Amino acid sequence: MKTPKFLLPVATAGILALTLSACGGGGGGGTTAGGGDAEAGLDGRGPITYVQGKDNNSVVRPMIAKWNAAHPNEKVTFKEQTDKADQQHDDLVQHFQAKDPNYDVVSVDVVWTAEFAAKGWLQPLKDKVAIDTSAMLKPTVDAATYKGTLYATPKESDGGMLYYRKDLVPTPPKTWDEMMQMCSIAKENKIGCFSGQYKQYEGLTVNASEAINSAGGSVLDKDGKPSLNTPEAKAGLENLVKAFSDGNIPKEAITYQEEESRRAFQTGNLLFLRNWPYAHSLMSSEGSSKVKDKFAVAPLPGKDGPGASSLGGHSAGISVYSKYKATAVDFIKYIASEENQKFYAIQGSLAPVLSKLYDDAALVKKLPYLPVLKTSISNAVPRPVTPFYPAVTQAIQTNSYSALKGEKSVDQALSDMQKSIESAGAGS
Amino acid sequence: MATELGPTPVKAPASGGTPVHHAPKGVGEDNKILSQGRWASWLLAPTIIALAVVIVYPIISAIVMSFQKDAGLDPATGLFTAGGSAGLQNYVNWIAQQCAAPAGGTVACPPGTLGGQFWSATATTFIFTVITVTLETVMGFWMAMIMARTFKGRSLVRAAVLVPWAIPTAVTAQLWLFIFDFQGIANKIFNASILWTGSEWPARWAVIIADTWKTTPFMALLILAGLQIIPAEVYEAAKVDGASAWQRFRMITLPLVKPALMVAILFRTLDALRMFDLPYILTGGANNTTTLSILVINQVRQGFNAAAALSTITFFIIFLVAFIFVRFLGANVVEQSGASAKGKK
Repeated sequence: MKTPKFLLPVATAGILALTLSACGGGGGGGTTAGGGDAEAGLDGRGPITYVQGKDNNSVVRPMIAKWNAAHPNEKVTFKEQTDKADQQHDDLVQHFQAKDPNYDVVSVDVVWTAEFAAKGWLQPLKDKVAIDTSAMLKPTVDAATYKGTLYATPKESDGGMLYYRKDLVPTPPKTWDEMMQMCSIAKENKIGCFSGQYKQYEGLTVNASEAINSAGGSVLDKDGKPSLNTPEAKAGLENLVKAFSDGNIPKEAITYQEEESRRAFQTGNLLFLRNWPYAHSLMSSEGSSKVKDKFAVAPLPGKDGPGASSLGGHSAGISVYSKYKATAVDFIKYIASEENQKFYAIQGSLAPVLSKLYDDAALVKKLPYLPVLKTSISNAVPRPVTPFYPAVTQAIQTNSYSALKGEKSVDQALSDMQKSIESAGAGS
Repeated sequence: MATELGPTPVKAPASGGTPVHHAPKGVGEDNKILSQGRWASWLLAPTIIALAVVIVYPIISAIVMSFQKDAGLDPATGLFTAGGSAGLQNYVNWIAQQCAAPAGGTVACPPGTLGGQFWSATATTFIFTVITVTLETVMGFWMAMIMARTFKGRSLVRAAVLVPWAIPTAVTAQLWLFIFDFQGIANKIFNASILWTGSEWPARWAVIIADTWKTTPFMALLILAGLQIIPAEVYEAAKVDGASAWQRFRMITLPLVKPALMVAILFRTLDALRMFDLPYILTGGANNTTTLSILVINQVRQGFNAAAALSTITFFIIFLVAFIFVRFLGANVVEQSGASAKGKK
């Protein structure tokens, strides 16, 4: 009589444990780089699969249809993932670990490149499968490069820009200090001065790295070691902390992600906003927007000139387990081709990776912010390129969040960040 | 389990009488029982195999992994290499909050690493569990008492109460995120300017409120089921004897609903111990709202083997809580209704 009563909760606990352990399951091996895998299938041609997150801009299917019409024997199938970056990442990891030959070409977020490359999952794009990147914006290429080898071709880029109220500020600030001085204008108009995204999530890593890079510091040095114990890094983070403490960044910004900050600017409650290009068309077209014809964009303010934006965007990589790498290479070249980049920009408002398209008159007419975005991306610094990115972003987020909230001094936050990143790199 | 074996005694009287000819072609009584046993094990086999595949295997594989080191980076090639055996190191790292040191060996985990958050995440998980389960039990009980009465539109109320429970948690979390926005409804109604998701206790309360809103109906329904098996005559008899409403509640409702109540509390406790979606979406784990589940998921992205160790630890914590509960619950059931239960069966 007692046993069944006992069994029930035990079974429940077992099921709960399953939900937890399932996440850990399927891991393990597959870490040593397969030199053999990278050599295989280089001349293979045949049908391949392209894997990407949800196609919000409706560009992937027409792009593939065009390719398929021209290559009836090397058709591409589109495998669409969810629209959540974390889930896309985990899906790719699972398929790579299973050495799935059907994930031929994959869309890789700039911050995943190093991790996937170090795990030996991405085909190095050299020798036989080399790709010409000379026409592309350099930071986008750097973000797809790990230890001097290109592992993916940039296909769409992204950079932060400064949105400002042109009706209140005739000329946009060029430096951070200039912008802080202009905050008196915000006070006169009883609105907030500046905001980015400061909730504790990936966006905070973007904003904190931008602050540090714009002040001349860097999160990681050339060898991938943390370099946060510098006066420049300190000055960068201090800029944000100080702006929070004297109210130039409104206190509610600590809860902002991209959309919250856009709403604040769009309802006329902010003078300056750091955001991605996507906000431009929304703020100039949405009916609820109170700033439709009252805003313009400028490069992010830096120490003495344009600041260093964090780079966003995606690259296209080839799985080492693909059987048809010759087809795959042709396909990623096609994605990065001028013709397709133009299509991406016009149809999907995706920022091109080819430098010359930013000066294309037809494109600039369609996307008026392109010249500013070019400055932004040209000065952009990829977020720390490291195979330990998840640990690094965690260290940056947690500690800069504490600093912004005033729970920790800037020195303490940076030193904790430094130690956390060192510990992640030390491996176990 | 008992229900699956149910048919056997039911058939017994039929086979005791004269042979009926729709019985299997002249099989002897002993053989029939034997073949029934075999038949039963065949029927059970798929379930057992399925359980082994989806429960036993992942747990064992997670435990095996938890004794492996995570892949380290080979500085020369920049590629990851398999870590080898770790012994108990992963467990020690979590419990003693030790992280790898750059010079080799371990140091106390600096703030900003996941390793440094184990005990705070455990504390957070238990705080959430205790507060939400208490609130949900009290409010669920109250809702169940109302729903147990007969009144016009009762079925409508019962259906309406289920709505929050039916909404997927991730959607609930997103809704509450809008409500707790700085310019959201919560602040508008109270005419306050609280940074709900931006400071420690408001963030915790935001999670607690959202969780209570969502899962109180579940408690209410489980308790309602318990209330409905209490015969109305018991109350009538008590009324005749002159018991007040409070006495009826304390001396009749509470003891009789207790078995159902304890099961409901156990379910909710185990559920709350693995809370993930709400804090993950509302705060991203900031402001001390990182639960053990969030920690596991974050660690999965940094290294499977350490994550396996953490989920094994979490498993034991939940197991322990369930065990304590069952001992406590079991003892009470025996003590309270042991004699009458024996008499009944």
